[in-house]
Amino acid sequence: MATLTRQVPFYGLMAEFSTPEALIAATKAAREAGYRKMDAYSPFPIEEVIDEIDHGRSTGIPPLVLTAGLIGATTGFVLQYIGAFVDYPINVGGRPLNWEGWPAFVPITFELMILLAAFTAAISMVVLNGLPMPYHPVFNAPRFDRASQDLFFLCIEAVDPLFDRTETERFLRTLAPNQVSEVES
Amino acid sequence: MQQAQRLNTPPVDTGDAYLLQGETYTSISDSISNVPLTGPLKTPRGWFIGFTIAFALLMVYFVSIAWLFIRGVGIWGINIPVGWGMDIINFVWWIGIGHAGTLISAILLLLNQSWRNSINRFAEAMTLFAVACAGMYPILHLGRPWLFYWLTPYPNTMGMWPQFRSPLTWDVFAISTYALVSLVFWLVGLMPDFATMRDRSTHPLGRTLWGIAALGWRGSAKHWHRYEMASLLLAGLSTPLVVSVHSIISLDFAVSQLPGWQVTVFPPYFVAGAVFAGFAMVLLLMIPIRSWYGFQAYITMRHLDVMAKIMLATGMIVVYGYFMEVFASVYSGNVYEEYLLENRLFGPSAWAYYGLLFCNAIAIQPLWFKRVRQSIPALIVISAIVSVGMWLERYVIIVISLERDFLPSSWAQYNPTFWDWSLYLGTFGLFFTLLFLFIRILPMINIFEMRLMLNQERQRAAWYAEGTPKPGSHKGHDDHGSNPEKRTTGATAAGD
Repeated sequence: MATLTRQVPFYGLMAEFSTPEALIAATKAAREAGYRKMDAYSPFPIEEVIDEIDHGRSTGIPPLVLTAGLIGATTGFVLQYIGAFVDYPINVGGRPLNWEGWPAFVPITFELMILLAAFTAAISMVVLNGLPMPYHPVFNAPRFDRASQDLFFLCIEAVDPLFDRTETERFLRTLAPNQVSEVES
Repeated sequence: MQQAQRLNTPPVDTGDAYLLQGETYTSISDSISNVPLTGPLKTPRGWFIGFTIAFALLMVYFVSIAWLFIRGVGIWGINIPVGWGMDIINFVWWIGIGHAGTLISAILLLLNQSWRNSINRFAEAMTLFAVACAGMYPILHLGRPWLFYWLTPYPNTMGMWPQFRSPLTWDVFAISTYALVSLVFWLVGLMPDFATMRDRSTHPLGRTLWGIAALGWRGSAKHWHRYEMASLLLAGLSTPLVVSVHSIISLDFAVSQLPGWQVTVFPPYFVAGAVFAGFAMVLLLMIPIRSWYGFQAYITMRHLDVMAKIMLATGMIVVYGYFMEVFASVYSGNVYEEYLLENRLFGPSAWAYYGLLFCNAIAIQPLWFKRVRQSIPALIVISAIVSVGMWLERYVIIVISLERDFLPSSWAQYNPTFWDWSLYLGTFGLFFTLLFLFIRILPMINIFEMRLMLNQERQRAAWYAEGTPKPGSHKGHDDHGSNPEKRTTGATAAGD
């Protein structure tokens, strides 16, 4: 076991697999072996892999979207109330110019709620994922360009407490990968 | 066991599969991304011909708008009392076409219908372009279009506010929200595919541009987790949004007091009509494009069959709306409402009413038969008829009602002018120019969702073949996933 203060000259060890099933099995095995600082890379979302990697961790997105939706709805309603009743009241067909006129405000309130919530869903996904990030060490792994096409990768990172250059490589090789390679930092 | 036998048959489209045999993750990634990655000189000739025609029509659009700006809305056939003519007819027609895209991308995602994966990117693009065409019309018909920003609430020196209690102001918010949310949804869906394009591109400029667009996407499981959550939420938000948009548009009419407009069935009837027209347009565009680009393995006869079924179902809802309109006229006991029906059936524009009944009610009936739903010529003809029929529906609602209002002394006839038609033709130029650029520049089928669908088809096939739990599940590991249905679409990863 190496010391925790050692220099980390590389990012981690990357194992390459051909099928989603192999990646699922490998991720499960790695978690059972005690590895935690790892990530899987696949050309499409695989629920089992996500379960193993994030292990019940919340994405953090739903509360943000709820908050944004409430802010949007409140903004929409207050904006219309002030505009139509307080600041610039116009009598149209004798319709009430007080709180009784609220039904007319439903459509715009609803639209602004959806608008803010939808933008928050998309933007928080990008930001919480740490994107945009044009450079990342895993891009150095051989054949990693195919992680977006047809190959499946599992990377155990060097910062994991259990990580050991030879030991981890031997472990990864037991999972029958196509190849195991070092990822430059 | 029927599915298992299919594994051994060559890839023939028998009309019962959403993805033909013989496809792999590699072949899917390659064949879809090859279209935008092909060099400009190797672009199919048909594309150039189509784009040239579309671009020429776009110029017709610009000329029509320029003349409109110079002379004003008097160049159109509108008059008093027919103040809304082809501008609003075409506005409602175009925005209705867009609704099928949102239905496919959002509602079918929530309903776990993974067959949508083959067509959602294209349908969403169609939505965006149709909304662009639609959104221009209300601005152009303002009379002083350059002051369109008066429609938005912004701090101004006039101390004025938009009239928030008017459906026309609701429209502004509904359509701008719809356009923006559709755009965001579309871009989110494109993100992983931009990464595929970045990784497959061999040209340095291509790699840079795709790389910028991909934002550094690397397909990490942590990323996919948030991605799925965001997609699910966007779908959940878009679903009520699309219903609200056409409902609000119908309120432009239903809130008024004009016979033929003031009908309570309008919101659901408009939404169904929008989806109806939209699916007709998806079919009309999809059928030629799938054969030009050889995507029959991804967009199969079964897709066309299912879309035809949706078209039939929504069409029947629309027919119900027609019945309710007649019922409302007869049952109202109101002389103006009763006259509306008489005018539709026997008035000077009765041809439009009979035309719409033929196109939207009678012409779709053959779709009850599977042989018709799986016949490409029949689908093209029916879809074209439906597109015309839905245009006639808006003509009937808007023009026939306005031509005969309450005072016979102010009755008038509406005759569209050359500039009405040229502007309409021009919007086709805008729509098809954008569409041709889209199919040339971007992957027109969602690549990562196709891989997902392939994975699911494989699991299902293996499950049927072996009657055993998931293939490839290694012995010694705890395996709960005995049911391949569990992992149907990306949307099921709602872990938190």
